[in-house]
Amino acid sequence: MKYTEEHEWLRAEGEVYVVGITEHATTQLGDLVFVELPEVGTEVTKNDEIVVIESVKAASDILAPIDGEITEVNTALEDNPSIVNEDAGGAGWFFKIKPSDPSQLDSLMDEEAYKKLIG
Amino acid sequence: MVPFAGYEMPVQYPLGVMKEHLHTRTKAGLFDVSHMGQVVVQGTDYEAAARGLEALIPVDILGLGENRQRYGFFTNADGGIDDDLMLANRGDHVFVVVNAACKAADIAYTKAALEPDVTVTEITDRALLALQGPAAEAVLSALNPRAAAMAFMDVATFKVNGVEAWVSRSGYTGEDGYEISVPAHAAEAFAQNLLDHPDVEPIGLGARDSLRLEAGLCLYGHDIDQTTTPAEAGLSWAIQKMRRSGGDRAGGFPGAERILAEIPDEALRKRVGLLPSGRAPMREGVPLFADEAATDPIGTVTSGGFGPTVGVPVAMGYVPATHAAPGTVIHGELRGKRQPLTVTKLPFTPANFKR
Repeated sequence: MKYTEEHEWLRAEGEVYVVGITEHATTQLGDLVFVELPEVGTEVTKNDEIVVIESVKAASDILAPIDGEITEVNTALEDNPSIVNEDAGGAGWFFKIKPSDPSQLDSLMDEEAYKKLIG
Repeated sequence: MVPFAGYEMPVQYPLGVMKEHLHTRTKAGLFDVSHMGQVVVQGTDYEAAARGLEALIPVDILGLGENRQRYGFFTNADGGIDDDLMLANRGDHVFVVVNAACKAADIAYTKAALEPDVTVTEITDRALLALQGPAAEAVLSALNPRAAAMAFMDVATFKVNGVEAWVSRSGYTGEDGYEISVPAHAAEAFAQNLLDHPDVEPIGLGARDSLRLEAGLCLYGHDIDQTTTPAEAGLSWAIQKMRRSGGDRAGGFPGAERILAEIPDEALRKRVGLLPSGRAPMREGVPLFADEAATDPIGTVTSGGFGPTVGVPVAMGYVPATHAAPGTVIHGELRGKRQPLTVTKLPFTPANFKR
C-alpha cells in the first residue's frame, strides 16, 4: 500500500493501481452522500481534481495521486456512497489508474510514514 | 469542534451526523443550545412588557395566553428581519429566547427602546437544552409527569431531578420535544441524566442543521436576514390578524407599511423548498436560474444539504413569485453545470408536534 498526504491509498493490482481514501479521511469527512467519478479512459495529471465527494458536512475533491489513465471506476458508489464509510480500504475504492510515470510512486508514503502523518 | 457565534460547538458526536439525525427522528436527541440568549422582559405587569415588545415585534403578544409561547421576530424599518425568536407569557413577564449571534444587538436594542418603564435582563446563569424526538415525552415525563400534560407551545416551570426547569414544548427539528432551561451549575448533571436513558443520544450542529432544514425551518443569517421580509420568507403566519391591516392593533412595529402591504400574497420573491434532481447536494450560495440557458440568476440557495430522513438532497432558497409555484422546475449551477431542481412545498418531512 502507498499513501498520499491527501489521505488517499493506492494498492497495486497487476499493471494498475486501485485508489481510495483512508479510514482516517472518512472519519474526518463524515457520512458520504454523493460521489462523482471520472470517465473511464480519462488521462489525468497528478493533483487534477478528478472525483467530487460530498459528505453531510461539505464538498471535497479527490486529487489524482499520480499521472495516468483511468481504467475503471467504482460505479457502485454512485448509488450508495456510504460504502466508502463502511469499507474505505476495500469495497469503497474510487477508481483504478494505469501510471504513465511509475517513478512517481516512489515519492508516495508507505504505511509507517502515513501513520506518522496522522498521528 | 467549530466556532459558532463566539462559542465552540461540536459539529457531531461519535454517532456522526447521519445517525444522529435519524436517531432524533426515531427516538430522542439531546442538543446543548446554551449559546442562545435567554431574556426576561418585565414591566409593572405582563401587559406592560407585552405592550412594549409589540412596538418592536409584529406578533399578538398581549393576546398570548399565560404559559403559552409564540414564534416571532424583530423587524426593521425596511421590513426586514433583525432576528427571529420565541416569546412566552410567564404570568408577570415575557420570556424571550433569541439567536446567539444576534443576542447582544437584540438586548441593546430592546433596552434602548423599552427601558426604564420595562426592564430587559439577560439570563446568563442558566443553560438551555433541547430534547427532541418521538421518545422525548416518555423520557422527560418519567422524571416529572407534568411534561406529558403539556401541549405544543405550552410553557411550564417544574422540578426535574431536583432542579427548577423552565420547560417549553417546542423545538427546531420538526419533531415533538422540549426546550429546557436549567441553572448552569446543574446543567451537566441534568444532561448526563437524560443521556443515561437508552433512547437519548447527544446531537451536534450538523444534525441540528439537517433536521431543521428537512422541517423547513429558517436559520437566521441564512434563510432570513435584515433584507428578507416576513411575507417573502413565508412567515406571515406568525403575524396574527390583530397586528395585520384591519386588526385592533394593526401595525405599530418597524417596517409595518411594507410588511403588511405584502400580506397575504404580494411579495415579489418567496422562500421555497427545492428538490435537486440528482444526488448532489446544492448548498448555500448555489445560484438559481430560470432555465438551462438563462444568463442572469433569479435567486440563490440559502440552505441546502442531504436530508437523511428523505434520503435525497434538499434545499431552500428565494425565487421570484412567478417561479414559486410547487412543481416549477428551475436550474442551479453546481461546479459549472446547470442541474434541475423542482420547487416543492415545505416541510420536506411532516411535522410531528403534539397539538
